[in-house]
Amino acid sequence: MLKDLFYRRRQYATLGTAAEPKPVQKPPEVVERDVPKGLVQKCEACGNLLMAKELQKHVYTCPECNFHFRVDARTRVELTLDAGTFIELDAGITSTNPLGFPEYESKLAKAQSATGMAEGALTGKGEIDGMPVLMAVMDPGFMMGSMGAAVGEKLTRAMERACVERKPLILFTASGGARMQEAILSLMQMAKTSVALRRMHDSGVLFVSVITHPTTGGVSASFASLGDIIIAEPGAMFGFAGRRVVEQTMRQKLPDDFQTAEFNLKHGMVDKVVHRKQMRDALAAIVRIHTARGWADAD
Amino acid sequence: MPTELDFEKPIAELQGKIAELKSFMEKNGLDLHGELRKLEERLEELTESTYANLTAWQRVQLARQIGRPTTLDYIKGICDEFLELHGDRHFADDPTIVGGIGLVAGHPITVIGHQKGRDTKENIRRNFGMANPEGYRKALRLMRQAEKFGRPVVFFIDTPGAYAGMSAEERGQSVAIAENLLEMAGLRTPTISIVTGEGGSGGALGLGITDRIFMLDYAWYSVIAPESAAAILWKDSKLGPKAAEVMRLTAADLLDLGIVDGVIAEPRGGAQKDPKAMVQSVRDKVMATLRELSQIPIDELLAARYHKYRDMGEYIERQ
Ligand SMILES: [Zn+2]
Repeated sequence: MLKDLFYRRRQYATLGTAAEPKPVQKPPEVVERDVPKGLVQKCEACGNLLMAKELQKHVYTCPECNFHFRVDARTRVELTLDAGTFIELDAGITSTNPLGFPEYESKLAKAQSATGMAEGALTGKGEIDGMPVLMAVMDPGFMMGSMGAAVGEKLTRAMERACVERKPLILFTASGGARMQEAILSLMQMAKTSVALRRMHDSGVLFVSVITHPTTGGVSASFASLGDIIIAEPGAMFGFAGRRVVEQTMRQKLPDDFQTAEFNLKHGMVDKVVHRKQMRDALAAIVRIHTARGWADAD
Repeated sequence: MPTELDFEKPIAELQGKIAELKSFMEKNGLDLHGELRKLEERLEELTESTYANLTAWQRVQLARQIGRPTTLDYIKGICDEFLELHGDRHFADDPTIVGGIGLVAGHPITVIGHQKGRDTKENIRRNFGMANPEGYRKALRLMRQAEKFGRPVVFFIDTPGAYAGMSAEERGQSVAIAENLLEMAGLRTPTISIVTGEGGSGGALGLGITDRIFMLDYAWYSVIAPESAAAILWKDSKLGPKAAEVMRLTAADLLDLGIVDGVIAEPRGGAQKDPKAMVQSVRDKVMATLRELSQIPIDELLAARYHKYRDMGEYIERQ
């Protein structure tokens, strides 16, 4: 099936200056990690019970129904980049409470201890199939993946670095939208990332956005929708307004597939829906095509 | 006719008393001018103190008052001549975002803005200022057209938020707004946005990445309407007034936070009290700003635009 999606012939896959084509790499072994929820997990969609080991083997998808379990930002990096190549950047950036918004600090502290992350986005550089890329991942578990100034700054730096180093940026989105506790300042992170993306756009640097569950609100209405190529994970919710808000507006029940990745594919909003097991190869193919030598340099 | 808000009722009552006294004096040929002057002084004091001490929530209510000048009123008052242009060339013409070309003091300009209704019937037709994707796409088309011909663009922002309906989702509300952000970030012509009433969420920002941003004194601008914020934060949309106080969404707040470049004063009590004066102030601000921006080389303008937005937001950085 993957062959249909991303057909390629090895002999044409030129990797920048590398003379020898690299052997096809297997997805990196998922590092053994503590699975905090115990040994067995239940699939939210079909009720299938899965051993932690089995779940890992299936890259956190259900082998019965293909439901995609939520994965945190670090796991996402492990699933995507060549093993051991990731270097985190700007790890010291965290949120402050510029508006003195009530209970913001305690919510931040709770999110930090729950996720082990300092902020809602993880950014860095690494390699995919031996090709250098910048990678950013929004963590859906950190205050619902909301974007405040710290997330905005980290993503903006990743975009700026992509311009300077002329490397593709792969951004996994997952967000309830702009972070309410930073009010107008969080809304302006949409503007901030957009001016940075505009520079990437003008300098011809590849930006791939990968939509994971859920991507809505201000994130959906800015960089998530601005990828040169937009990939979505199966079943991922992707839309401007949340489902409940739309239901209230319409005063009617919405179809089950409303705002899913598949719905978005049907309506022309994403380029492809790619199963997590094939995501790495799909991204590698995209990067390979964008780093191949042009026709002017043809032999 | 604009109706008074709850906190304006004491003013209206006093005005009623004064009118009563006047007609009583006339009818009975009595001279009660001393009494009248006292009442009028009290009215002046009350009016002054009411509008000088507005809460954030009162401002939100004022920003929503029917009778405030709408985008088409500003256009009419600002442009010597104006041609409204319609349609996104893909799907439809969204009546919620209006736009077109015109002359101001003999110079060409493109104007784009959210259009609310001036009464309930028109408000229904204009979808209460909540635009569909085709509205943002019409705006995009007009921006590109302005860039091609070197016309500056003036945006008027007045929306509670972009439309959250099923059809809007199907037609790509997100990408329509997102593409406008990308376009405005690099538009090679001077741009101004003015929040004239409500600046709600991405629906407002979708017309709002510009070289200069102004707000009318009683306008609000934030990530979400206060009632919706309250519904999410405290599961109770009736706590909108409380949310408004903590969201820092008034013109003074945004000036203080460095988001807007200036606040345009409103007639006391709001733009609806003296629409003509309001339109004139906006015209003056637009003309002065366009004169200023037109003197700046476009690459400098774009670099400044980048840095302005690049620096928005506060965060902590540990090494
Ligand atoms: Zn399942």
